[in-house]
Amino acid sequence: MEQVLFRHNRPDRSVTFEEYCAEGGFDALKKALTAMTPDEVQQTVIDSGLRGRGGAGFPTGKKWSFVPRNLPGPRWLICNGDEMEPGTYKDRVLLEKNPFSLIEGVTLASYALGVRHAFIFLRRDYETAAANLQAGIDAAKKAGLLGERILGTEFSCDIDLHLSAGRYICGEETALINALEGKRPNPRQKPPFPAVKGLWGGPTVVNNVETLANVPAIIANGAAWFKGLARNPEGAGTKLFCVSGSVVNPVCIELPIGTPLREIIDQACGGLKPGKKFKACIPGGASTQFLSEAHLDVPMDFDPVVKVGSRLGSGAIIVFDEGHCLVEATLNLIKFFARESCGWCTPCREGLQFVKEILERIERGGGEERDLDLLRDHTRFLSYAFCAFAPGAMSPLDGLLANFEDEVREHITRKRCPLKG
Amino acid sequence: MISEQLKKSLQQRVETAITPREAAVDVMKELQRHYGWLTDEAVGEAGELLGLSPLQVEELATFYEKIYRRPVTGKLIQVCDSISCWSGCCDGIIEHLKKRLDVELGGSSADGKFTLVPCCCLGRCGDAPVMVIGETFYGNLTPEKVDQILEKER
Ligand SMILES: Cc1cc2nc3c(=O)[nH]c(=O)nc-3n(C[C@H](O)[C@H](O)[C@H](O)COP(=O)(O)O)c2cc1C
Ligand code: SF4
Ligand code: FES
Repeated sequence: MEQVLFRHNRPDRSVTFEEYCAEGGFDALKKALTAMTPDEVQQTVIDSGLRGRGGAGFPTGKKWSFVPRNLPGPRWLICNGDEMEPGTYKDRVLLEKNPFSLIEGVTLASYALGVRHAFIFLRRDYETAAANLQAGIDAAKKAGLLGERILGTEFSCDIDLHLSAGRYICGEETALINALEGKRPNPRQKPPFPAVKGLWGGPTVVNNVETLANVPAIIANGAAWFKGLARNPEGAGTKLFCVSGSVVNPVCIELPIGTPLREIIDQACGGLKPGKKFKACIPGGASTQFLSEAHLDVPMDFDPVVKVGSRLGSGAIIVFDEGHCLVEATLNLIKFFARESCGWCTPCREGLQFVKEILERIERGGGEERDLDLLRDHTRFLSYAFCAFAPGAMSPLDGLLANFEDEVREHITRKRCPLKG
Repeated sequence: MISEQLKKSLQQRVETAITPREAAVDVMKELQRHYGWLTDEAVGEAGELLGLSPLQVEELATFYEKIYRRPVTGKLIQVCDSISCWSGCCDGIIEHLKKRLDVELGGSSADGKFTLVPCCCLGRCGDAPVMVIGETFYGNLTPEKVDQILEKER
């Protein structure tokens, strides 16, 4: 299986700067700076079909093209390494193994966008990744691959590392911009979108770690090569999947995008733990809908997963077995979201508390038939919230009601959790 | 009170920032490292360094999960209670920790050695259930393993 992001990985340590360079690292940057215009770099990324790996799957090159070219004043690039979506740990593994693909990718993107100063925003708790990145940035700078007049060209670029203090909403791009500015990280109104008015009022592109780490290989090998890596015809590239829950071997693995879900669980992860039977999984982190056994053949790419009623999200697959109560699992997720709500708008701040109380009641055996309608109403009401956090928070509940309504109903009719004695 | 040396290094951090308040999180974290938690005194000091009012610092401090505005005694134990750890039975681990340390969540043990708090996903979901003591991560926890770790960390 061709590895792009994990190509330079060593089994038990991080790849060194020298090793990365010896294996073709920074060749893409050299190629771009000497033989390509910024527009050509952007066009290659557009042609490659690369879609954002941060959750929404927005086409990366297209996002770059929204930045107005001839505005005076600085423009900014922010790499989003907040990664606080429960179940997700791919960016951490990537950065602990190899910080250089990201550094090269950020520099290439900065070249395409005309950015002088880029930021990498990393969550608290990723100290190893942060140390790796800082050492990598320093090494690149020393080698003339970052800083003033890179490789003797007119292009200069610096990368600043920002280590957060922990809060899930900081991953939302406008909240992230407030966080970087040192303001309270509530989300901002959109529009204006960051590409037009973002960090300190300047045009700003926000991209995920994995997204940007793909850029060097795309520039080095071309758009057609990248497209050809996918398993499904409409896909492009590989994808990092990070698995957790009831599997034998919960791995973070790079596979062609579009690899069927079943294959990831059965082959890459060795199937369910001994004696356990598959019941459900979340395909893309905490803010995606539960899928059932009936969906296991879905190709893990953006559009196919939407077609079966969920989202590829961050590629964080969480597996549940027959011993897990899905009402309780949903309650756990809702508690997370209720605690993490930034409190800015009423539907999210109040609605999540209310949903939590209803689910607690059902789990305790005190639920009524009308609670199902109340829950359903809320999956709709919360889409009127100020930012995408609240609809995301409703996704597991939505999946529960769509695919596992019988289990919820059983709680209500038997007046107890069927899985608890 | 912070030392002149710490004050100088924080002033330097603020000066290299694009705008002073961009350094707010770094300054709060450094002060927290110094005091163990972000004391009222630290809030005032952060404000002076950043050119913000204490209220503006408070507004930031209370937003972040890992800035503590209440005393943290001894080593901080953060135990993940998010979904992957839940699927690996973190509830049992949390109950076990509470019993062993004889504390409620948010409390400190009587010997002053540990403070126990729940936390969001630590990004180590493949090793669920997970906790972190100080800066050290521990995964695939079982009650027996927790006992050994507490013994070692004590
Ligand atoms: C509540 C919330 C949390 C988010 N957390 C992250 C995150 O941790 N990392 C990330 O890359 N994107 C996250 N996103 C998506 C970002 O807002 C943004 O779309 C993304 O970083 C864009 O990068 P991409 O186009 O490369 O995917 C989050 C969105 C929401 C609404
Ligand atoms: S939806 Fe939730 S997280 Fe988003 S602004 Fe409203 S309260 Fe904050
Ligand atoms: S859910 Fe516990 S570490 Fe991610």
